[in-house]
Amino acid sequence: MRLAIREALLAFRRAPMLSSLSITTIAFSLFAFGLFGLVALNIRNALQQVEDRVEIRAFIADGSSAEATGAALGDISAFPEAASVKLVTQTQALDRARRELGEFSDVFEEGILPASIEVRLKPGFRDPATVRAVARRIEVYDFIDDIRFGEEWVEKLHRLRNIATLAGLCLGLTFAIVAVIIIGSTIRMAVLARSREIAIMRLVGATDGFIRAPFLIEGFLKGTLGGLLAVALAWTALQVINRFVVQATFFETWMVVSGVLAGAGLGLVGSALSVGRHLEKV
Amino acid sequence: MIRFSHVHKTFARSGVALQDVSFQVNKGEFVFITGPSGAGKSTILKLCFFEERPTTGEVKVYGTSSAVHRAGDVPKLRRRLGIVFQDFRLLEDRNVESNVAFALEVTGTPSGQIQGRVARLLTQVGLSSKATALPRELSGGEQQRVAIARALANDPVALIADEPTGNLDERATRGIFQLFRDINANGTAVLMATHDLDLVRRSECRTIEVNRGQIVFDSAADGGLRPAAPGSDEELGA
Repeated sequence: MRLAIREALLAFRRAPMLSSLSITTIAFSLFAFGLFGLVALNIRNALQQVEDRVEIRAFIADGSSAEATGAALGDISAFPEAASVKLVTQTQALDRARRELGEFSDVFEEGILPASIEVRLKPGFRDPATVRAVARRIEVYDFIDDIRFGEEWVEKLHRLRNIATLAGLCLGLTFAIVAVIIIGSTIRMAVLARSREIAIMRLVGATDGFIRAPFLIEGFLKGTLGGLLAVALAWTALQVINRFVVQATFFETWMVVSGVLAGAGLGLVGSALSVGRHLEKV
Repeated sequence: MIRFSHVHKTFARSGVALQDVSFQVNKGEFVFITGPSGAGKSTILKLCFFEERPTTGEVKVYGTSSAVHRAGDVPKLRRRLGIVFQDFRLLEDRNVESNVAFALEVTGTPSGQIQGRVARLLTQVGLSSKATALPRELSGGEQQRVAIARALANDPVALIADEPTGNLDERATRGIFQLFRDINANGTAVLMATHDLDLVRRSECRTIEVNRGQIVFDSAADGGLRPAAPGSDEELGA
């Protein structure tokens, strides 16, 4: 193993240009994928923020008993879809309206706004069908006068989310495939550049496992370095975007670690496939 | 120790390379394989170190049979053979001692033994003063000596040499050939392909002549009587 590690490290010294080219190619392939990932992540976050505002508002008829309303609040809180259930009294509704619509605060008189039950739903239960079903279950209470949940708006948001997910998957897959092809070709070039060495190793009786080991280590190292470089490039790009375009968020730590590991994995698998194919031929 | 039994070899593109080739090389023997270009000399050697497999028939080398061997047997067999080529096949970016040490490293020789062994091998081939030189700084004869030192690294029982003097001048050829004789005198069998007929005549070693994929003469079998085969170097006056 020591010899394999030494040979892998020596390969960087013997062919610095080719090694740098491999690392840069891996880095830029992953960077392109990472940039797309950043865009997808920020679109997802933006949609998530909008989606968090999906709520059902059930207006309570005047003169409804406090016991009935209280019991209903308990029932609705027990719904598996409900994240939070809140009673907004007439006074609170008035205060909120005056606060939010400051210029028109004089328009609102005491008792003009009805009390309501506001229900927010858990993530995963904010699609139009679920929102509609929960609204229907709330509507059955006698004291509910009217119920609103912005049906059209929820449907549009849901459609937008589906389109974004599908486009994200297709583009992400395309970027990933392109990255794998480019990285595979780069590693294949590195293997071909050392075909003479491989042939000599075989002639003097080296086993295929022994021949593979330095290439696998080299591929792993190149992939890891390429992955780290891609993260650095993505971070730099984000700083530029934050400064000149729009405030955006960076990947979470586990995403960064996954990206570097993906680079290492691609380097390792690419090397294994390239050397394996080469050994079959010679 | 090396036995060919009714070996046929056909390549998909170039057609028949060997037809019904049978011979045996015994322990410690020095055997020349001669014949014109394309006669099948190199194919015979490649079959010896299992670079190629026979289409039919059997090649048996030091107990490893082409008919029954497993993938792991080939590296083990090659460690018992030393292989030398006309084009030396050295690693250009490594110096002389690294080229020789390479053969020991890849076969798992303990690192503490490598340096001393390389020094002895370089002395044996007369290159101890060029240990740190790169292959491109050496003459053709010296490069071939490095290749021979590498081939000897794992104490082979036989040396397989494919036109080892093909790229060398007469003086270097004589030196390399003498080196092969010395190695053979120490008990290592030598199987050498060549079309240098002067070298063959002077040596009085066993000669197997191949032409159009068939053995047309074997001095061991024919008692030294040597017919000129149609199309052979001798008949053509080469």
